[in-house]
Amino acid sequence: MNKESKNFFADKDIQVILGALLRAGVISSMVVVFIGAVIYLLGNHSAQIDYAKFDSGKSGLSSMTAIFTGLKRFDGASIVQFGTILLIFTPVARVVFSIFSFLIERDYLYVLIGLIVLSIILYSLSDKLVG
Amino acid sequence: MSVLLFTIIVLIGAFMAGLVGSLTGLGGGVIIIPLLTLVLGVDIHYAIGASIISVIATSSGSAAAYVKEGITNIRIGMFLEVATTISAIIGAVITVYINPSYIAVIFGMILLFSAAMMVRKKVDRSDNDTSGKLAFFFKLNGTYPTDEGLKNYAVHNVIGGFLMMFIAGIVSGLLGIGSGALKVIAMDNIMRIPFKVSTTTSNFMMGVTAAASAVVYFHRGQIDPGIAMPVTIGVLLGATIGSKILVRTKTDKLKVVFAVVVTFLALQMIYNGLSGKL
Repeated sequence: MNKESKNFFADKDIQVILGALLRAGVISSMVVVFIGAVIYLLGNHSAQIDYAKFDSGKSGLSSMTAIFTGLKRFDGASIVQFGTILLIFTPVARVVFSIFSFLIERDYLYVLIGLIVLSIILYSLSDKLVG
Repeated sequence: MSVLLFTIIVLIGAFMAGLVGSLTGLGGGVIIIPLLTLVLGVDIHYAIGASIISVIATSSGSAAAYVKEGITNIRIGMFLEVATTISAIIGAVITVYINPSYIAVIFGMILLFSAAMMVRKKVDRSDNDTSGKLAFFFKLNGTYPTDEGLKNYAVHNVIGGFLMMFIAGIVSGLLGIGSGALKVIAMDNIMRIPFKVSTTTSNFMMGVTAAASAVVYFHRGQIDPGIAMPVTIGVLLGATIGSKILVRTKTDKLKVVFAVVVTFLALQMIYNGLSGKL
């Protein structure tokens, strides 16, 4: 058996899929942010900015529930925030994809390592960390 | 300042950050944070949240171009991400308890260091001597394509590299930057991975590490849609165009010019931090 052929990541098809996945994440996030930006600017363009002092509750958009409520109202800021979340999850999707490819390769050590990385990120998703 | 004017200024700044970032290999945060804090008077905690978005945008944007070359060592990346994601979250959790002036000073010092690393002549220390048991156990050694066919390389000092990555992750979480300069030390100098592999692998890790701390910033409200919007659009456009020019440009002179700019920004951040203006 040729050992090289078992290496999943050497496979050109997988590289192409990975590239497409990243591009899809980046492009969809950019489109969503752009739509949100237009709506947000139409409503707020002449308002005054106020970022001089950090206030954690100011935007009111620091949870997924708040964002989804805003999405239903076509709120520009919520749509922008949703696009930003899509961007944040693009690299996470890449980790998930890698875990699957390690699984296909039957490299269980790296399936485990991938799952550890994924659970660390998912743990940070719970808002327990932000007192 | 009106929202429209603010959006336009940040959009232009973020575009430049993405463009220069992908040409020189320095992340967008290096420009975004000084622009927001020094020029526009934005609180550094918002600037950090905006910067981490630019890191993810640059990483994912240029990675889509990189993967075609097929030399990212996903195993090295995944293995070291165990260190960087844990430490990035730790950094992101503690950053809000640190005096903004101190953050500005730490940021300035990391900038100075990054500028020095950028102009320094890089020496490829990779070889194929027998590596340690750990590198073998974790299957970190690999091959990369050259003109003469596949070339083998061995990974050295796995524990040292892992610890250095832990520090890089803390810095990344604290300041909202990719801390690419520290990752280079860990991969090129400590683990002695060839450039062709370390550059793309570090870029792969940058996005995942930034995502871990971005989630913490998000829950804390440090990611504000009004700032994230121009930053995301600007950096993505800049990085995409940058990675297209990169293929046919020599970047040596650009790096020197950019190092001077970064040094200036670094001194500004340190001065403003020490005098308590930030």
